[in-house]
Amino acid sequence: MSGAPEVRTGLSSGPGRVLVFGYGLFAVAATGRSLVQLGADPGRAPFAYSLSVVAAVLYLVATTCLLAGSRRAWTIALAACSVELVGVLSIGTLSYVETQWFPDRTVWSHFGQGYGYLPLVLPVLGLAWLRATRPGAHGGSPGH
Amino acid sequence: MAVVTDWLTWTVVGVGLVALVVVAVALVRDQEPQDRTFALLAGYELVVLVQLVVGCVLLARTDRDVEGVLFVSYLVGNCFALPVGVFWSLAERTRWGTAVLGVAVLTVVALQLRLETIWGGGA
Repeated sequence: MSGAPEVRTGLSSGPGRVLVFGYGLFAVAATGRSLVQLGADPGRAPFAYSLSVVAAVLYLVATTCLLAGSRRAWTIALAACSVELVGVLSIGTLSYVETQWFPDRTVWSHFGQGYGYLPLVLPVLGLAWLRATRPGAHGGSPGH
Repeated sequence: MAVVTDWLTWTVVGVGLVALVVVAVALVRDQEPQDRTFALLAGYELVVLVQLVVGCVLLARTDRDVEGVLFVSYLVGNCFALPVGVFWSLAERTRWGTAVLGVAVLTVVALQLRLETIWGGGA
């Protein structure tokens, strides 16, 4: 954001640049969705709407950590992407099995169908990118 | 009325597809974002801004059951995708910068689907 020279980290450069943009988009999309849902009628589907908030927070955390790029940020990003993947897989499955739990949709229901399945693709790409940039790995080493 | 929205939506989608082809060619050639790509996206942004204005006017005149706040927030959000994408790609003078531009264009095209749905009165 500050336009500082690219000396800090590899986490938000190269393919990471695209990833941060994607995560940023979903942070905005999920935040917007949860605000609209909670603002309109919070009582209609509390479970689904809470999940939208959780998704929004996770996308925000992942975006921030990829931008920060420190070793600790790498670890937190790994946790966020992992929870996200587990979340989209379990909620995706539940939305087919326990349809009555979801009177309204969330970002993650039906494996992110309403978002071109990108909520399913994004954490996989995120984990792959974190693996490629893991501390001590050849190439981008956060922290140094 | 519907003719106007159709015409406008298809223009936005059409220009978006052209931009996607340009970006795809640049990606295949392993090019960083080119000046002509930025020029194309600047023109595209103008189309999107026209859509914002026309969309608001149509919303004010329509007797359809459209969720106004949602519709306008999508129209406004739509105007931010390209400038933010261009800004974000400036520091990445590689093919990945070009890829960022592609994602920004895809976002605008995808948002057209949502706008159509909202205009149609769906959820």
